[in-house]
Amino acid sequence: MSDARAEILRRVRAALVDVPAGEDPEDVAVARGYRTRDAEASREEIVDRFCAMVEDYNARVHRVAAPDLADTIGRLCREGRLRQLVVPPALPEQWRPDGIELVEDHDLEVSRLDGMDGVLSGCASAIAQTGTIVLDGGARSGRRAITLVPDHHLCVVEAEQVLALVPEAIARVAGAVRERRAPITLVSGPSATSDIELDRVEGVHGPRVLDIVLVERGATEGRVDVDREVGRTGSSAADAHGALENSCRSRPVPFDVEVREST
Amino acid sequence: MSAPTSLPVAGSRTPGPREPFPDAARRALADEQLRHNIGHATKTIREKRARVVGELPDWEALREAGRAIKERVLRHLDDYLVELETSVQRAGGHVHWARDADEANRVVGDLVAAHGAEEVVKVKSITTEETQLNEALAERGIHCWETDLAQLIIQLGEDSPSHILVPAIHRNRAEIRELFMRTLDEAPDDLSDDPRALAEVARRHLRRKFLAAKVGISGANFAVAETGTVSVVESEGNGRMCTSLPEVLISVMGIEKLIPRWQDFEVYLQTLPRSSTAERMNPYTSLWTGVAPEDGPREFHLVLVDNGRTNVLADVVGRQALNCIRCSACLNVCPVYERTGGHAYGSVYPGPIGAILTPMLEGIDRAGSLPYASSLCGACYAVCPVKIDIPRVLVHLRHLEVEHTAREGGLRARLGPERVAMRVMAGVFGSRRRYEAAQRAARLGQWPLAHGGRIQRLPGMLAGWTTMRDLRPVPAESFREWWRRRSEPGEDG
Repeated sequence: MSDARAEILRRVRAALVDVPAGEDPEDVAVARGYRTRDAEASREEIVDRFCAMVEDYNARVHRVAAPDLADTIGRLCREGRLRQLVVPPALPEQWRPDGIELVEDHDLEVSRLDGMDGVLSGCASAIAQTGTIVLDGGARSGRRAITLVPDHHLCVVEAEQVLALVPEAIARVAGAVRERRAPITLVSGPSATSDIELDRVEGVHGPRVLDIVLVERGATEGRVDVDREVGRTGSSAADAHGALENSCRSRPVPFDVEVREST
Repeated sequence: MSAPTSLPVAGSRTPGPREPFPDAARRALADEQLRHNIGHATKTIREKRARVVGELPDWEALREAGRAIKERVLRHLDDYLVELETSVQRAGGHVHWARDADEANRVVGDLVAAHGAEEVVKVKSITTEETQLNEALAERGIHCWETDLAQLIIQLGEDSPSHILVPAIHRNRAEIRELFMRTLDEAPDDLSDDPRALAEVARRHLRRKFLAAKVGISGANFAVAETGTVSVVESEGNGRMCTSLPEVLISVMGIEKLIPRWQDFEVYLQTLPRSSTAERMNPYTSLWTGVAPEDGPREFHLVLVDNGRTNVLADVVGRQALNCIRCSACLNVCPVYERTGGHAYGSVYPGPIGAILTPMLEGIDRAGSLPYASSLCGACYAVCPVKIDIPRVLVHLRHLEVEHTAREGGLRARLGPERVAMRVMAGVFGSRRRYEAAQRAARLGQWPLAHGGRIQRLPGMLAGWTTMRDLRPVPAESFREWWRRRSEPGEDG
C-alpha cells in the first residue's frame, strides 16, 4: 500500500514539473465573484421563495403560526394515515402532536425504522434559493437513517432558519463539520429519479412524501438556538445568518398554502 | 513549458486498441430507436438546463471560481492528497492508494472479504465502472448490487452505460418495462410503462438489500482536503442508503476529485445540479467526515485511484480535463453525441469530455480516433461549469495523434496520403506565388467536376472529403485578383 502511495505521489510531482518550486496553492488566484448573501431580499421574500421552491419539487409546504404547529402536524398525520412516527429524542415538546404514537430514536434497528409510517424531524437550516433543507445529525435533525428509511418525512422549518443562498448554508454548518464531524445531508424535495428518459419522477428509495411545516417567525416561544442546543457546535458560522435576521419582521400567517402541481 | 509530444499508455484491463469511433458511430447511426431516445432526452434536458442556469445572475462568476479552484488543486495535487489523507485519518477513516484499476479492485475486494460479505450494495460510480470493479469482485465470489435505477437497468440488461448521468438513456420506458417484466420477481403482471410504476418496482427490489447490507460501496463527487469530508450527489436516495446504513463504507475516488476547503462546496453545489439534471438542487447530497459518532458506518475506507490520471496531469494543455465534475452537460449539447449516443465512444466517459479524457487516460494509441469525434462547434465549452476548453484540447490531441501515427506507423504512415496532402498544402499556403499558381491550376483542372456552382464528388483519394459535403469551385476571379485589377491606374478612376 505504501508503495502505491509513494509511486502515485512521485508520478504527481513528475507531472507537475511546469509548476515553479516556490509556488504556493494560494498563488493560484481564485476569484469568488459570486453572491454570498442576498442583501436586497426581505426576510418575507426569502421565506416565500423557499416555500415556492420546495413546492416546485412536488413537496408540500404548510405555513403555520407556532401555536398551531402540533395541531397541524397531527392533522397531516391523520390525512396521511400515519399512526406511528419516529422522532429524534430531543424533539421539542411543543412540536409533538396528540393522538399520534411518537417513537424516540435510541439507535433503533433499520428493520424497525422500515416499519414506521413516517418520521418527524426538524433541520439545521434551509436554503431559499434551492428549496433545500439541511440536516446535520444534531438534536433536531436526528440520525441520518431516521429521515431516510420511513416513506413519509415531516420536517419542521422555522422561518428564521431559512437562509437565502447556498453559500450561507455551507458556512452555517461548517462549525458542526469541523467540531463534531457532523454528517450533513441536503434534502431538496422527495426522492426522485430522472433515469427514465431524463424525465423527473418522484419516489424511489428515500421518502416519497416530503411535508415541510414552516413555522412563521415571531410566534415560537422560548425558542432554543439549534447550535447551542446541540451543545457541540461553534457559533462562528452564524454570521451570515445574523445579517439576514436583522432585517426580519414578525409575520405570523396561520394558513396552509395549497399544493401546486409543478410543470 | 510546451506540452509533451507523446502520452504514455495507461494500465487497463482490456488490451489492444478500441474500435475506431467512425465505425462504432456508423453502427449507432443506423439504430433509429436509439437516435430517437437520445435525441428526445437530450433536447428535454438542454432546455431545462438553460432555464435554471438563467436564474443565476452570477453563473459566470461561479463557473470561473469552479475552474480556478480546480486549477489550484491540480497544480498542487501532491500537497492536497497528503492533506486529505491526514484529514480522513484524523476523522477516523482509512486511506488506501491504488496505482491502477487492478490495484483498486484488489484493495476493495480484500476489504469486503475481510468482513466476510458476499454481497455489497453500491451507488453509481463512474470510477468503479472505469476499473470494472463489479467484474473483479464477481471473480472473487462477491456480488455487487447496483442500486441506482439506471445502473440497475444496465445490470439487469447486461448492457453498458451510455451517458455519465443517465447510463440507460438509450433505453425508453417501454424497453425498461419489458426488461423488468422479464428479470424482476417484484414486477406485477400488469406493470405499466409509467416511470413512477417502474421506479416502484426498483424500490421494492432493492429495499431488502439496503436493509441487510453489511458493506456499502460508493464513488465520490468531491473530497475536501481540509476536513476529510467526502460527498455523494444523487437523486433517488440510494446514495444515502449505501453511505449511511451499512456498517462498512468503502468509497473509491479518482485522485483529481479533491477540493481544498469546506467552503468550496458553495460553488460546486450550485453549478453541478443545474448542469447535470437541470435542477436547482438534486434531491439528496450526502457529506460525511470519516466516521460520525453514533451515526452511520463504523468503518470508513477511502481508496484513491490514479489509473492514468497522472498521465492527464502531465499534459499541460490537457490537464484541465481533470477539472471535470461529471455533470454531463457537454454530452447533452453535443451534436455528435446527440446522434451517435454514448456507446460509439467505447468508453465509460462518452461525449466531448470522453473524447479528450479517454485518449489521455488510456493512451493516444488506443483511442486516437476519439479526438476527431467532434465538429469543434464549441457548445461543450460554453456550458462546462468548470470551463474546460474542450475544443482546444481536442485540437491538441489531434496534433499528438498525427505525430504519434507518423512516429509509430513507419514509412507507410509518413507517406500516407493525408500527411503528404497536408505537407503540400502547407507549402502552397506558405507562399503567395505558389498559392496563386495553385488557384490557376485548380481553375483549369476543376471544369469536369464542377456542376451548377458546386463540386459534389472529388476523384481518387480526395473523394473522402466530398462524401459528406459539397465543395465550392475556385471562382473565375479571386479577391486578390479583383483587388489588383481595381487598384491599377486608370481602371476605376
